[in-house]
Amino acid sequence: MTAPQSLQLRCCDASGCRSAGAGALHAALLQARDQLGGAAEGVAIKPVGCLRLCGRGPLVALDRPGSGGIYAGLTPEQAPELLAVAAGLSHGLADQRLGPDHPFFALQQPVVLEGCGRVDPTSIDDALAMGTYGQLQRVLAECTPEQVREQVKRSGLRGRGGAGYPTGLKWDTVALQPAGLRYVVCNADEGDPGAFMDRSVLESDPHRLIEGLAIAAYAVGAQQGYVYVRAEYPLAIERLQLALKQARARGLLGAGIAGSSFNLRLEVRVGAGAYVCGEETALLASIQGQRGTPRPRPPFPAQSGLWGHPTLINNVETLAAIPAIIREGGDWYGAMGTAGSKGTKVFALSGAVANTGLVEVPMGTSLRTVVLTIGGGVPGGEGPDGGVKAVQTGGPSGGCIPAALLDTPVDYESLRQLGSMMGSGGMVVMGESTAMPAVARHFMRFSVAESCGKCVPCRAGTVQLLELLDRFAEHRASLADLERLEQLCGMVQATSLCGLGQAAPNPVLSTLRHFRQEYQAACRAPQLCEPLTSCSLEAKGP
Amino acid sequence: MSVLTLTVDGIEVAVPAGSTLLAAVRAADAELPTLCHLDGLTPVAACRLCLVEVEGSGKLQPACATAAVEGVVIQTQTPQLREYRRMAVELFFAEGNHVCAFCVANGACELQDVAVAVGMDHSRFPYQYPQRQVDASHPLFALDHHRCILCTRCVRVCDEIEGAHVWDVAHRGAECQIIAGLDQPWGEVEACTNCGKCVDVCPTGALFDKDDTTAEKQPHRERPALLRRARDQQHWQNQ
Repeated sequence: MTAPQSLQLRCCDASGCRSAGAGALHAALLQARDQLGGAAEGVAIKPVGCLRLCGRGPLVALDRPGSGGIYAGLTPEQAPELLAVAAGLSHGLADQRLGPDHPFFALQQPVVLEGCGRVDPTSIDDALAMGTYGQLQRVLAECTPEQVREQVKRSGLRGRGGAGYPTGLKWDTVALQPAGLRYVVCNADEGDPGAFMDRSVLESDPHRLIEGLAIAAYAVGAQQGYVYVRAEYPLAIERLQLALKQARARGLLGAGIAGSSFNLRLEVRVGAGAYVCGEETALLASIQGQRGTPRPRPPFPAQSGLWGHPTLINNVETLAAIPAIIREGGDWYGAMGTAGSKGTKVFALSGAVANTGLVEVPMGTSLRTVVLTIGGGVPGGEGPDGGVKAVQTGGPSGGCIPAALLDTPVDYESLRQLGSMMGSGGMVVMGESTAMPAVARHFMRFSVAESCGKCVPCRAGTVQLLELLDRFAEHRASLADLERLEQLCGMVQATSLCGLGQAAPNPVLSTLRHFRQEYQAACRAPQLCEPLTSCSLEAKGP
Repeated sequence: MSVLTLTVDGIEVAVPAGSTLLAAVRAADAELPTLCHLDGLTPVAACRLCLVEVEGSGKLQPACATAAVEGVVIQTQTPQLREYRRMAVELFFAEGNHVCAFCVANGACELQDVAVAVGMDHSRFPYQYPQRQVDASHPLFALDHHRCILCTRCVRVCDEIEGAHVWDVAHRGAECQIIAGLDQPWGEVEACTNCGKCVDVCPTGALFDKDDTTAEKQPHRERPALLRRARDQQHWQNQ
């Protein structure tokens, strides 16, 4: 990493801060520098990607020997003042300044996000100066594909898209298929409500993703790859396209990369708005120009993927972790996290929480640390749990974890044991006024709208689940409804074709498990429900 | 030809290598309902009725789309599977507008047969009564979307056997529907060869011959298998 210029303002130019007015602020800063002149002339103003504390945007980071920090919630009118601070002429804006010791930043450990907010995402020169593509060049010159896969296996990295499949094993499976064509695909169809990790990586550090994808392609012997990005991410697509163009122009993609004999063509495929296309077999169908619906596995894409050829599919965050793993070694990465979940994980923290934004912490960090210390708890919340009622992880496939279990370490196994899942990394905090049947209904609505309609449990079962949940959310359920709800959840979970349908009941099942009394209270004769026991048909109300 | 030996509901059966679990189930004479599956067409595993328990696998597997493996032990009739099957059939009935009494396929309907097979005497799920259309623009045949269960047999037979690809699926979730051409009235789709295979394979009364009235439909669901066999074994080269 290069030493930061002595005086520099890094202006967040990612979607979150843009929507908060980063564009006007950036223009105002440039104008103010021209007007102020003098000492302000020496302040560099650089657009960068996400500075992570998205809820307080627009954000600007000041690099200045001895002082510095992040300034939050700036208005264009404050631009001259900020420049004066940067030039050392003022000590204003102190109440908007967040130092590196601020709890939101202090406990984070950036690996995937190490360049995020530092590098100019539109400049390959800046990326190269930060060391991006260095590992690709080194790997091509010095390592065999086997050696690359060995490091990934040693790192213990697991798929960050949600399922947590060991990445090294997946790479081996693709690499060891009979000789022939292979493809690599990056899944950037991030669709979980409350998840914006992948978007941030694409908008903030696209060259890191390209490097990771190219290393993956080399490791499995692929010469063609695709990045499948959802159309709802226009800025991410724009920056990725630009980055690909720049990388091709520098010989870092295409034929004979960096003087080696390795060739790789990378293309962007833009999704058309279907959540299900984040499911790998539906995603492959979509890339092939077909209707985006899942198909039964096996065969897995690693055996038979795009046009029947072995295909490696990894999520953005997984691939963006690769350059650091190759640089520092698999053991370095594996030393972070827990026994079963190595490394760091990026979370998108949102909902009823003081500090909304992007958080990268080692696996195994407790929910309490993430939500209360880093996130600052519910605004105005009191008590030992900071006013938190539950934390939703894993989006519509995940579940709600009650405040009583906030000490749970965040790793794949612990979350699954609680009936939730890691998912891609969305983490939505809910305050005490949240009604859990309504939360379950909210996610079921999402699943109804996003079911592809191929298999009957998901297509018709989610519709019936939503009707049942309507009755609970509107306090007109019967005791029989509670039993039917559980039965149908079990059926949809066990019999749906793809992971989407199988996971669609999770928000219901997890809230039933941890907040059953709220469902019982929504029955017309709640007094017939014994506390925390299941209602039976015999106990029908009057 | 090498042979695989499997155990289906406690009965040992032998099937040719390359067979599906469904072939093994049939070899064991076990009753396993299917709706989307049809011999001669690519399996899609969409109706979920043929899900079976495979020993050693945590997940239920669709027999129609799962390859048979030597020595595998499967169960097709556990109480759990029976319950799931019944619920799936109830969901089919509740999501469409199925009124057997005046349906062209009454008595020749696979959905009806499956309902009897799984013991579905009523639906525990409320009927959705969706607003759907009838397309009678074709001179010979008609499509009543109310009775469609989205098995996609018509889509596959037209694409894989006839080679015309008139049919496809449009929209998502509960809004899914079969469309002709580019979502045109069937009668305006020039690709249609009027072969009637889609009508022959339809498991319900969704696709039917205009000449047929209540309970008069006579489907020919073995047609794709016959044609595929004829094609694969080149029967027409005998002359």
